[in-house]
Order: sequence, then structure tokens, then C-alpha cells
Amino acid sequence: MKKLMLGNEAIARGAYEAGVHVVSSYPGTPSTEITEFISKYDEIYSEWAPNEKVAVETAIGAATGGGRALSAMKHVGLNVAADPLFTVSYIGVNGGLVLVVADDPGMHSSQNEQDSRNYAIAAKVPMLEPADSAECKEFTKKAFEISEQFDTPVILRVTTRVAHSQSMVELEDRKEVPVKDYTKNIAKNVMIPANARPKHVMVEERTKALTEYNSASDLNKMEINDTKIGIIAAGISYQYAKEACPDASILKIGMINPMPEKLIREFAEKVDKIYVVEQLDPVIENYCRSIGIDVIGKEIFTLIGEYSTELLKEKILGEKPAEPMKASEPIPVRPAVMCPGCSHRGVFYVLSKLKLNVTGDIGCYSLGCAKPLESIDTIVCMGGSITAAHGMEKARGKDFARKTVAVLGDSTFVHSGITGLIDVVYNKGTTTTIILDNSITGMTGHQQNPATGFTIKNEPTRQVDLEMLAHAVGVDRVVIADPFDVDNFEKVVKEEIAAEEPSVIIAQRPCALIKKAGYTGRYVINDKCKNCKMCMKLGCPAISLTENGPKIDETLYVGCGLCPNVCKFGAIERA
Amino acid sequence: MFVNSAQLSALNPCRKDCDIMNIMIVGVGGQGTLLASRIIGAAAINLGGDVKLSEVHGMSQRGGSVVTYVRYGEKIASPIIGEGEADVILAFEQLEAYRYISYLKKGGKYIVNTQKTNPMPVITGAAKYPEDILGKMEKMGISVTSCDALALAKEAGNIKSVNVVLIGVMAKHTNISKEEWEEAIKQTVPEKFLEVNLKAFRLGYDA
Repeated sequence: MKKLMLGNEAIARGAYEAGVHVVSSYPGTPSTEITEFISKYDEIYSEWAPNEKVAVETAIGAATGGGRALSAMKHVGLNVAADPLFTVSYIGVNGGLVLVVADDPGMHSSQNEQDSRNYAIAAKVPMLEPADSAECKEFTKKAFEISEQFDTPVILRVTTRVAHSQSMVELEDRKEVPVKDYTKNIAKNVMIPANARPKHVMVEERTKALTEYNSASDLNKMEINDTKIGIIAAGISYQYAKEACPDASILKIGMINPMPEKLIREFAEKVDKIYVVEQLDPVIENYCRSIGIDVIGKEIFTLIGEYSTELLKEKILGEKPAEPMKASEPIPVRPAVMCPGCSHRGVFYVLSKLKLNVTGDIGCYSLGCAKPLESIDTIVCMGGSITAAHGMEKARGKDFARKTVAVLGDSTFVHSGITGLIDVVYNKGTTTTIILDNSITGMTGHQQNPATGFTIKNEPTRQVDLEMLAHAVGVDRVVIADPFDVDNFEKVVKEEIAAEEPSVIIAQRPCALIKKAGYTGRYVINDKCKNCKMCMKLGCPAISLTENGPKIDETLYVGCGLCPNVCKFGAIERA
Repeated sequence: MFVNSAQLSALNPCRKDCDIMNIMIVGVGGQGTLLASRIIGAAAINLGGDVKLSEVHGMSQRGGSVVTYVRYGEKIASPIIGEGEADVILAFEQLEAYRYISYLKKGGKYIVNTQKTNPMPVITGAAKYPEDILGKMEKMGISVTSCDALALAKEAGNIKSVNVVLIGVMAKHTNISKEEWEEAIKQTVPEKFLEVNLKAFRLGYDA
């Protein structure tokens, strides 16, 4: 049976067919759907972990225990999980272990554009890169075979356009793989220096063996057509090359670490010149040069952003695209915004009004940096808000902390905010932290997390009590407040930033897009409106200014009830 | 098994010999463009050829400008449609229609929902929503079919069915039959929303 599938769904299907037993992941665009689709297979145990390091360690445990295990993450998630990755490379596996990493060239939904292929090289693990959904499924299965055959973790790398594109996939049955026997093996599994030294030797030998394997592997495809132009590409770049230069000869690399040396040499013999087409870093290009093969790469192709068929036509064939139609006036941009009814809006309205310094974090609330609220000062990485505020206080003194807050979501706090809060308490900081507790992991499309009280399969579970957690690490001042009660929320923020000790405000209100929010009905603006535009300061996409004053859009309102709380004239009422 | 070229060229009457159909769906995050692309994908599979779809998830779904691509034909490599390559652009909102005109192929077809949603720069007063977008597009020689899909969606019983109304408007410009489109909707839409969506499709089709 054939089915149209997202690349991410096909990876999930590949895990299912490969007989995978355990999957542990943390959500992150563009990788989230892999684990969501896996959670629909009852044959596989799946979970959301608090962060990627925890997820990968759990998968390592499962693989060491003899099961086939997988963990999926976005590129920056692999940074979090890099510590276990580098050492499990030495340990190897018992049951197969596959890490899936989704890079985001073009930064559709990310804070940087890192090329995770560098991790495979640095950690000395094999990496496969599929180019469509059918390969997503096949390569996932192949990755488990390679993992067990070569006693190594394997990374499957996708990019946004493979992860989030749909193409046809042939479905096959699941092949049950028994959980392997577990026997204590200190020399293999305990990485103290004495055991790690011989393991490093083994890793280098493994890389040589994998290099041989790769040249003979059916993961790569050599398509010899016109030999005047040769192209080496992998992943989505292969599709662009195929589209732009259908007559060229192409070496499509499926396993990009370690490189198939013999195959590349063979290809170089057959074609007159070679273009290496790869988004982001010159990984294949540098390898070709290192083995003495002359290629054309980043001297004509950019290091930045996504490639396209048109770009390749222009750079390789010299074909300029026809001048496209253009509007003769500027078209206003449409950036992403906090949704109508967003629970974060009340928080940023108050922080903006008080003109505080705000160290931000990763999540929907990153949008608190946008006009008109323009509240957030800094965003670095997951969990980086509390520590940024702490560092600022240590550099600039306690007075600065009196006008500074850190903001982060419930899921992000559990991910890696809690360690920052411990740092503040332990090192006598006085940071005020606002946990935006909207009862869900929002930006990635509503996943459960340890603070929601539900598992990935929506089963009730023990909920992390954020208030008790903050108390337990030594924060005495913990306040729970509703961010839509803006007057009270403002009072609470003023009190907490004034305190010369660490404090936590838990801003509690569910995401407007989940059932728990329970918003019904709508509000309208009546004739008491003085057109003072106070409601416009909320930056709510459902309120627009018309010739007759502000108006609530009938297609966008959710009936959240925030705007009546900022209107001084009682002009916003229930319809 | 492959796509009938008559079926393909019907969507794009100006390019009789085409073997690949490129459809772009543009709109505002949250308007249901993903579902629309999946319905077109399902209808395209039923033609028996190759199909690729590309979607955008994550941040831009939060009210930003969103684009999805559907490509079908005998064999598809790239899931992405470049400038000047779209046979049909299905626009869920006027400003978004205007934003992507550079993607339309010469002689291509625009289907535009007349709905307007102000982007944040317009709401804050930093920019103006352009006037008479449809008139300007027509003056540029673009073939535009417009429709108040929101009104029809209301008539169907759910304002969220704007996406399926627009599929209906597009459908009658194809020679994939009405029944085949309805079958694709049945395959894609959850059971409990099926009735309202089929009604929305028919209202769009007859508009």
C-alpha cells in the first residue's frame, strides 16, 4: 500500500517497521511530528522527555538494555544532547540506537542555522541523509541495521524541506525484533579513562570499516548521464539538482559520514567537472578537496539559507530566470504574532508598560519582542533567560535587577530553566523569574510536558508542581497570578522586582488554542469608546483601528476577555 | 497510471503540453491552508501519478504569512515551487495574494478569497493595507477569480470552512470531477466535520 506521508511521518513509520521498542524525545520544529506519529503506534513505548539530553540518555539506556531505541530532536536540541552523543560513540550499542536530527536551513522556526553534519564528523558516528519521504522510511530502517552491525549510534539527518514535505511511501509490515540479552560488560559500557582509551582505537577502526561499507552501499546512487557536468549532492539539494539539471550526472550521497571515498573517486573519473551542491557548510566539498578531488562549491554557492532549483539553474547552467511580476508598491510584511487570546499578552502588556529589562527564552513568547509590545531584550537558547538576568545582575549590580525580569514557559523551565534558577539561589542573586505557565508546550504545536500532568498518550500522570519546585530549590517568594488580571499582575511584578531576593511569579493561564482555555462568546466595542487606543497597545491581531475607532474582527476574536480589562471606559462588553 | 495530460492542462488551459502541475496555497497562519493542500494532494494521488507537498510548520503558523506547495505529474523531484512557476495560486487573503504574484507562471490562474486580515504593521499604523489589490492584479494581466469565501463558509455553517469553499472554487476550473474532489475531501476531513465541509465545497463550486 502506498501513502502520501510527511518526511517526519515516514521516519516514524520506519521506526515502527524496524521493530523499535523505545522512543524518547523533546519537541522542536521541524522534528516534532516524528515522535507524535510514533506515539500512535502502541507497539512502541514513547515519551516526551524534559529535554534532549534526558531523551538521548534514555534512548542510550534502552539500547544498552538490548532494545532498539530512537530519539528525535531539532538541530539545537542536538547541542543539548551533545554530551551523551560523543561518549555513546565510544560505547556503541546493544540494541540499535538512532538519533534523528532536523536542521532548519532558512531558519523557518529556529534561532540559528547550524549544520548538524559537523556533529557526525566530530562525534565520529555514521550519518544518513534521506531526500524524500520514501527514503526517510528506508534510511531509518537501514540506520538500525548499521547501528547493530557496526556497534555504533547512527544519526539520521533531515532538513525542514524533507521533514515537512509529503511524498509517496510504500508501507510494509513491522518486523518484530526481540530485545537482546543484557549482560554486564564494564569494559564496554563504563567510560572511565582506562576503558575509553581502547574504545577510541575501536572508533577509528570502525570509521575505516564504515568508509569501506559506504562505497559499496546502496544508500548512494550514481546516475551517469551527460558527463560534462557532474553534481554531488545529498538530501533536499539532490532534488533541486535533479530538477535544475535533469541531464547532468549526479552522485547522490545517502550516507554522508564517513564519506564513500571510492565512490567519489569513481565519479570524479567519469565526469569533466564536479559541482558540490549542499546547503549551509562545505562538508562534502571539504572532504572532496581533502582527498585531492577538485570541485566547485562555496566559491559560487552561498553558505547562508536555503537553495532552490532556480539558484542551481543560474549558478550551474548560467540560466537567468525571467523577470517575475512585481507589485509597484511596498507590500506590508506579515510577521508571526501572538495569537488572539494568547495568555502571554497580558504579561508583556504589563512588562512593556513598566519598561522593564526582559531576558527572554525560546517559545511562542519569543514574539513578545515584536511591535507594539517590544518587551524582550535578549533571547539566546532554551533555558537561557534566568541565567541571562543573573549574569546581568552580576555585571551591573543589584539595582539593575530591580528593573529586570526573566520570562520563560513552563516546558522551557523544566527543560533547562530550573538549573538557572538554582544558580540564582546558590549564588545569592535576586532575579525575578516569570514562568509563563500556559499548561502546554505551545510553539511546537501543543505537546504535553512534565508540568501539564499528562503523558504523550494523554494519560494522566504525576504533575510537576512548579510552585513547590521553586520553593524546594530555595526560592521563598513564589506568587501565582493571572496575567489577564492586569492591575493585580502589575502590582505583583512591582512587588517581586523590588524584593532583594530571588522570586518567581507563575503567570497561570492556559494557551487560547487548547480546550482547557474554554473561551466562548465574544466581545464588541460599544459607543462608550473614546478612541483612546489603549486596547491597541495589546497588539492583539483581532483588534484593528478603523475610521470609527477600534473594531474586533469577527473571524479572529476568541472571547478571551483581556481587552475589557485594559479599557478605562467600559467600552468593551460581551456581545 | 500516469496523469492524464488533459486533466493537467484543464487546470492550466494556457499550457496544454505540461506534464507537471504546480499549485501554491498562500494565506495567514491559522486559516487552514494545510488542510487545503492535503485535500489537493489526496485528489492528485487519485490521478495515479507522483505527488509532492511542502508545508511550513512552527512559528509562521502563528498568524504569519504561510505558503504551501502541491506539485503533481509523472515524476516530481523538488517539493518547492519557484518564482514564475505556479500554474495556480489559491490565495486565502488579499494581501497574501498580492505578496506572491511573482510566483505565478505566465498565463497562470489566481483564485482569491476577498477576505482581508490586517497584518501587525498595519494594526500598529506602521504600514497601510494596499487598496484595490484585485483591480491592480487584473491590470497586470493576471487572470483572477475572486470569491467571498468567508460569506459562503458562514452559509455552510462554520467560518473555518473557508479553505474548503476555496477548493470548491478552484475545482470547477479543473476536469477532476466534482465527485472525485468530494472523495478527496472525504479522505482528508475528520468525520464529524464532513457534512459542513461538503456543503462548503458545493457552495464554492457553484459560486
